Amino acid sequence: MVASDRKYTKDHEWVLAEGEIATVGVTEYAAHELGDVVFLELPEVGTVVGQGETVGTIETVKSVEDLFSPVGGEVVAVNEAVLDAPETVNQDPLEAGWLYKVRIGDRSELDELLTADDYDALIGG
Amino acid sequence: MSHERQGATPARWGADLQTSLFAKGRAGRRAMTMPAWHGDAVDTALPAGALRAAPADLPSLSEPEVLRHYTLLSNLNHHIERGLYPLGSCTMKYNPRLNEKVAALSGFASLHPEQDEADLQGLLCALKLLQDALCEITGFAACSLQPAAGAHGEYLGMQVIRAHHLDRGDTGRNEVLIPDSAHGTNPASVVLTGMQPRTLKSGPDGRLDLDALRAAVGPQTAGIMITNPNTLGLFESDIVEVARIVHAAGGLLYMDGANLNAILGKAKPALMGFDVVHMNLHKTFSTPHGGGGPGAGPICVTDELARFLPAPIIREREGVYSLDACAGECRPSVHAYQGNTGVCLRALTYILRLGGDGLTRVSERAVLNANYLRKRLEGLLTVQHADGTLHEFIATGADWKEKFGVRTLDIAKRMLDYGIHAPTIYFPLIVDEAIMVEPTETESKETLDRFVEVVAAIRAEAERDPDLLRTAPHTTPVSRLDEAAAARRPDLGWLGPCNCG
Amino acid sequence: MPYTPHTAADIREMLDVLGLASVDDLFRTLPAAVRPQAGLDLPSSLSEEEVWRVMSNLAALNAGQDELASFLGGGVYDAAIPAAVDAVVSRSEFLTAYTPYQPEVSQGTLQVIYEWQTFVERLTGLPVANASMYDGSTALVEGIRMALGRTGRGAVVVPAALNPRHRRVLETNLASEGVKISTVAVAPDGTTDPAALRAALDGETGAVVIQNPNYLGLIEPVDALAAAARDAGALVVASVNPVSLSRLKTPAEYGAAVATGEAQPFGVPCGWGGPLLGFLSCSDDLKRLIPGRVVGRTVDHDGREGYVLTLQTREQHIRREKATSNICSNQGLNMTRGTVYLALLGAEGLRELGEANRVRCEALRAILRGIDGVQLPFAGPVFNEFVVRLPRPAREFRAFARGQGILAGIPLDGFAGCGAGDLLVAVTERRTADEIERYGSVLRDFLEQ
Repeated sequence: MVASDRKYTKDHEWVLAEGEIATVGVTEYAAHELGDVVFLELPEVGTVVGQGETVGTIETVKSVEDLFSPVGGEVVAVNEAVLDAPETVNQDPLEAGWLYKVRIGDRSELDELLTADDYDALIGG
Repeated sequence: MSHERQGATPARWGADLQTSLFAKGRAGRRAMTMPAWHGDAVDTALPAGALRAAPADLPSLSEPEVLRHYTLLSNLNHHIERGLYPLGSCTMKYNPRLNEKVAALSGFASLHPEQDEADLQGLLCALKLLQDALCEITGFAACSLQPAAGAHGEYLGMQVIRAHHLDRGDTGRNEVLIPDSAHGTNPASVVLTGMQPRTLKSGPDGRLDLDALRAAVGPQTAGIMITNPNTLGLFESDIVEVARIVHAAGGLLYMDGANLNAILGKAKPALMGFDVVHMNLHKTFSTPHGGGGPGAGPICVTDELARFLPAPIIREREGVYSLDACAGECRPSVHAYQGNTGVCLRALTYILRLGGDGLTRVSERAVLNANYLRKRLEGLLTVQHADGTLHEFIATGADWKEKFGVRTLDIAKRMLDYGIHAPTIYFPLIVDEAIMVEPTETESKETLDRFVEVVAAIRAEAERDPDLLRTAPHTTPVSRLDEAAAARRPDLGWLGPCNCG
Repeated sequence: MPYTPHTAADIREMLDVLGLASVDDLFRTLPAAVRPQAGLDLPSSLSEEEVWRVMSNLAALNAGQDELASFLGGGVYDAAIPAAVDAVVSRSEFLTAYTPYQPEVSQGTLQVIYEWQTFVERLTGLPVANASMYDGSTALVEGIRMALGRTGRGAVVVPAALNPRHRRVLETNLASEGVKISTVAVAPDGTTDPAALRAALDGETGAVVIQNPNYLGLIEPVDALAAAARDAGALVVASVNPVSLSRLKTPAEYGAAVATGEAQPFGVPCGWGGPLLGFLSCSDDLKRLIPGRVVGRTVDHDGREGYVLTLQTREQHIRREKATSNICSNQGLNMTRGTVYLALLGAEGLRELGEANRVRCEALRAILRGIDGVQLPFAGPVFNEFVVRLPRPAREFRAFARGQGILAGIPLDGFAGCGAGDLLVAVTERRTADEIERYGSVLRDFLEQ
């Protein structure tokens, strides 16, 4: 069962909205399927991103996947710790392995995301 | 035959890891010295502002130390003269020593690229012979030896196709179709010429899907890149119809000749309807791979496209060879000079040695070896798209994964313990757990039989002790390396202390 | 048949296993229309001795730098090659191995690449290098692509005194990608004027090329040129003769983001210009844009140190149409040549190599200064190559000198404001004092005839 405190996308990202700030990361399922994460490219603080836009990449030894922003808004923080130690994404994808935070532009975008139950069904849980 | 894992690690391949060159030697040691200067003393000072602050920190070793270092390093490599090297798509055949002897001749090796034609008559004759032979083999009218590698040939070929369309004022053709089984260099080469690749899904039999092709071509089509035989080892039997469809839409056909070694004397790209082909001299024509190069990727083209090839053109008149700079024409250039000439001379040596009949035998025996091996592996590895494979075939380790919980990577790594280089794995991308095997014509039946025995032995090991595979190799100089750590915190040069103080 | 082991019995047994009557049955999927009617129209197979005779006779028709005193340069130089270099690269372990895809059985090749990267890093001063490029020209193109990729800009500024062969390759490559190429004219002293460079820069300029020494052999005002680039937000891509790095300021010292060049003088035969040995290094922040193979040091499961291909997600076999470059095979064996050469050369050898080039170059310049009517038109410092201005066409002198066993240089007529009398002359450590004196006397004879 996936964590129920947050929302999900079909691209295996999670969003945790707290007030006007949303924290974004990749799911445990994604972290496992990807294998050893070796490098991340994340948006710079201050960048304004739209929902579904490509905002970065996540790399393993032999693959590169785009990161899509699950929700639009201004990037207000980036997790420097995962840039320095990308293995954090594998070890603790839901907490220490968060990627970046945005100030949510339009809260209604959150309604379009998958619930924990929807996502659980998607990954065949 | 099988290497049982019993207690202590087996002897490590008779080789020890080497400490870095940069940690060897001692200040004051010398290998090279310069010729003495017997002329007048001159002032060699340069302005202080032009100079580097400190000399480059190079190690100081004697010549015997250097030779020993590199000889010991060489012992850590697998290579063709050591054992089977069945890397699919790479054509790891024997590299004749005669080729090396010829290329090293001072009359070739010591030529400067800015010398006059009169000093180059033998070289130009040789290169013209090679161009003519490659044109005969492919059925085309003109050849450029300039590309230094297969991907470089692809790039030049795409430039030629682009130039053809632009020359006709046809500026809207910006898309190149590429089957999903293609090498990664194909889409990358297209993008670098400013065009866009469009992926064509293969049909269920692993060949081009004509309906998908018909739906994809249009006024935007600059051309199509086809590897034939394709990366599954299959000949594109509908190629003549493919050519008709693409030509009718105004596009041109590019053949990636990576697998030309399967069809020498058996089929000609020009007869198939292609307009451009590149050849990998380091695959089909036996020049050595050198640990990653240098290769050569000449292209041959139709008469119509000849004027878009790089200058100069080698011309011959009454036995005298000249270089025509094609003044006033706008021609591309992809190399400072005329490409990897030394590699071209090796390929010509090979072609002369084998002759037309011998080249045809090369393909026959490469295809016979691959088919024999494929057949003998039945029951051990599942072969995909088996019908009509030529010089290589694709097996899948998918059922090993299901039955024994081992992946293709594990099978490949275990082969190393048996002194066999692993086949190409996880390519082409359209086959799950792919293992791509290309034995080449220079391997004997006994070697192929032994490969089958090794696969059988490994399969038995997988059944009995899958961990033996998952932790393989066990007898090589190093075991599996931590590639994730290498990529996370790249260490790309020796930062340790140097010995020169 | 050469190089294959198949006997008639082997073939029959293998066909029996396949249930086929003939080898040609294996080619049944090839339609008749694509098959040549009468095989290949090529000569029949020859014995090794016969091929050797053909090829050595062809080689004998050429006259190369082993028999002629060469003063040719322009990017490729007549440099001495120690026998030990040839010995190492003729080992099958290096010669016949492929790209090190299976690192457990390729540590030899991988460690050589790592050592090459280290040598290039130490020579250029930049911390990241790759396993080699085809040649200096394609290395330069790839370096420019990196700078444009990083800055997100679409224009490059190059000096007029850029190697013209490199310039042509750059035009072929960059024009189709829509990159704007502008040129800074050569100043009267033969170098690139920093003020002129400043004037050529704008907000679209992502890369500035500095060739040092430039194609006229002159040492450029690299600091001022690099400062101009930096002020415009452009990255410097250097193209350097690596032998000159024995003495000259490193690309890192003048702030270049990428260093490229042709390392042929490090143990690679001239071979009519190929195969050569392009090199490329860059600053740390560009390492994920670097083209080609890169080797990193890591550990194996048992904690032993070892080497692997790394940062592979940049490459075409993974990123396909989004790759930073299409390069796949490089110049591996020549890179091995370069590595062994530099190992043999060592710290003291490198210093002496630079000095040996400098002495011979200045000795010839001193002789030429003493010949009436001959000028050295540019006053600035050079490394091992320079322009001499003759009162008569340089082409005529080149032909005359060739008759005396001297390859006198490269005529520069039409290049960067040069005239018919201008000749580019290079002097390497292989030239003797006698040959250098003879160059002067042959030129005197030519001018007096």
